[in-house]
Amino acid sequence: MYGRHRTLAVMSGLVASVLLAAGCGSSSSSSKSNNAAPAVPKVPLQKTVGPGEGQLDLVNWAGYAEDGTNDKTVDWVHPFEKATGCKVNDKIGNTSDEMVTLMKSGQYDGVSASGDATLRLVYGGDVAPVATALVPNYASIQPFLKDRPWNSVNGQMYGIPHGWGANLLMYNAASVRPAPTSWSAVFDPNSPYKGKVTAYDSPIYIADAALYLKATKPDLKITNPYALDKTQLAAAVVLLKAQRKNVGEYWADYTKEVQAFESRNSVVGTTWQVIANLVAADKKVGVQAITPKEGTTGWSDTWMIAAKAKHPNCMYKWMNWITSAKVNAQVAEWFGEAPAQSLACTETADKGFCTTYHAADKAYSDAIAYWTTPTTHCLDGRGNICTDYAAWTQAWTDIKG
Amino acid sequence: MDRHQGLTQRGSGWLHRHANARLLGLLSLPAAWLVLAYLGALVAMLLAAFWTTNDFTGAIEHTTTLTNFTALVTQPVYRTIAVRSLGVAALVTLVDAVVAMPMAYYMAKVASPRVRRMLLVAVLTPLWASYLVKAYAWRVMLANGGVIDWLLAPVGLHGPGYGLLATVLTLSYLWLPFMVLPLFAGLERIPDTLLEASADQGARAGRTFRSIVLPLLYPALFAGALFTFSLSLGDYITVKIVGGATQLASNVIYDNITTGGNLPFAAAAAFFPILVMVFFLVGARRTGALDEL
Repeated sequence: MYGRHRTLAVMSGLVASVLLAAGCGSSSSSSKSNNAAPAVPKVPLQKTVGPGEGQLDLVNWAGYAEDGTNDKTVDWVHPFEKATGCKVNDKIGNTSDEMVTLMKSGQYDGVSASGDATLRLVYGGDVAPVATALVPNYASIQPFLKDRPWNSVNGQMYGIPHGWGANLLMYNAASVRPAPTSWSAVFDPNSPYKGKVTAYDSPIYIADAALYLKATKPDLKITNPYALDKTQLAAAVVLLKAQRKNVGEYWADYTKEVQAFESRNSVVGTTWQVIANLVAADKKVGVQAITPKEGTTGWSDTWMIAAKAKHPNCMYKWMNWITSAKVNAQVAEWFGEAPAQSLACTETADKGFCTTYHAADKAYSDAIAYWTTPTTHCLDGRGNICTDYAAWTQAWTDIKG
Repeated sequence: MDRHQGLTQRGSGWLHRHANARLLGLLSLPAAWLVLAYLGALVAMLLAAFWTTNDFTGAIEHTTTLTNFTALVTQPVYRTIAVRSLGVAALVTLVDAVVAMPMAYYMAKVASPRVRRMLLVAVLTPLWASYLVKAYAWRVMLANGGVIDWLLAPVGLHGPGYGLLATVLTLSYLWLPFMVLPLFAGLERIPDTLLEASADQGARAGRTFRSIVLPLLYPALFAGALFTFSLSLGDYITVKIVGGATQLASNVIYDNITTGGNLPFAAAAAFFPILVMVFFLVGARRTGALDEL
């Protein structure tokens, strides 16, 4: 009996200390209100690129810094090391959020950030603006990728574009008839494909619903699917909750979607070009991947340099290297995306590659609503009435139910 | 040299006379690890539950507020998820208990020592395989036209597909060894003479099981249930692989950390499994299942 009482006493003591400590914390700091447009932390612009520091620490998506480990013929890291003397250490980031966390640790020189991470890094003061004149290959980057809201602030570039792709509508050509031309194929509450619809498992998918609403419900006045006020977000949530009833499963891991389509567990849903290629290559089912009439969301990746980079010269050299025609073509083909470098299209092994990925197609690219971090400060300039990514995350939980 | 030796001798002599100091010296390092690294981390996490994040930069703001808890309690979606998670954990525990009982009984009371050893190895072997490999194996088996569909086709049935049922099935498979082993150990401790005595008194197998085996097996059953229940309650990967579109309590925690970057909310959500396990343990203590443990 004595023993039991003691454990209870210890437990209640623990709880009490937690509450006490929590109470003490209240007086220490107070939150700053951010009603004004947020200011970008001042980080100086590099003026010159000197000799390399001998080392480079990167955070990147899998497949962006290949050194021949995965495939002997796929190696653009060793040639870079030979050319510049910068030894590359790469750390794979699995999600945009993981990349932001890694960059906040201050141990890395640069990152290949998608548009839903870039602004968080810029406003967090974690990355520095980039002097594009110091990156010679920037000149021939596709012009429609320069000075975009996800890679620049107030006309100042915060990185060098790397590559991009669209989130397409994929369907099983045998079972989905007639062939869809609209996202209504996945958003129609009375879908004939109930239980076989799939969707991307991330709060950022809310933007896909917003994009559909922008075209189908003009009353909501959505101008940018990443700038949603409370009413607009609520409308997107209602749409996604109705979709939820038809969804067989959500996917985040691309191999999971490949398998689901091949086993016919999924027959229609959002996809990436590389997934459609993989399913087509396996020849188990016939699929089509299209751009629906409402347009698509997509990703556009940018190489950014850390504000406190220990090896800034090596990072500048890397940004130039990775966007050089030959290397950019190699990366794009390995990963399955459109290269940002316009000259890369002549260097691809598959001569039709840039056509498949619409790499030089400005109209195609402009129709894409690229992943951007939703913030309370509306991206379409309406002020501070929008919902942020944390709100989207909780809405996403609510949608899945 | 001499002085050094003298010091060591005097020191050990002093320690020999002071048993408490000796114990303190031995235990202080592991105890410090337990308190600082383990309990310290737990307290830090529970503290974080009262903080919030900045709307724009996502930086943590160290102001005490109950917003996270209010959201968890008032928004119906979290209640639904909590109930669903409890249901899954309870169902997995029940399935495992029902499946493991005859297995453990056969191993402990019927099988020859040779067969028993082989069965024990058979139960333990899956624990050597990666959790992910097993979960993905179930994903393939449960797929449209997979092994399960193929097995059920002759009787005109169709597999459950991905969803809650698939999750329960997979979790039950994954945690079965954790139920079999304690039950086996518990049954081994019950002397055969008791069962024989019961039979001599005219009790049938069912009666013996209910009145003799089950009460004696209670602590073992509880130990197994503790494993299967807590492991199921904390799982978030299986449901992502075979759960279709469903989500469980741990997914809420995971999603808020990895995608939302909202550590305080995740910490607040972590109170749920902690509270459930406290209730579970207190309840078990009331029934006396902990006495024999």
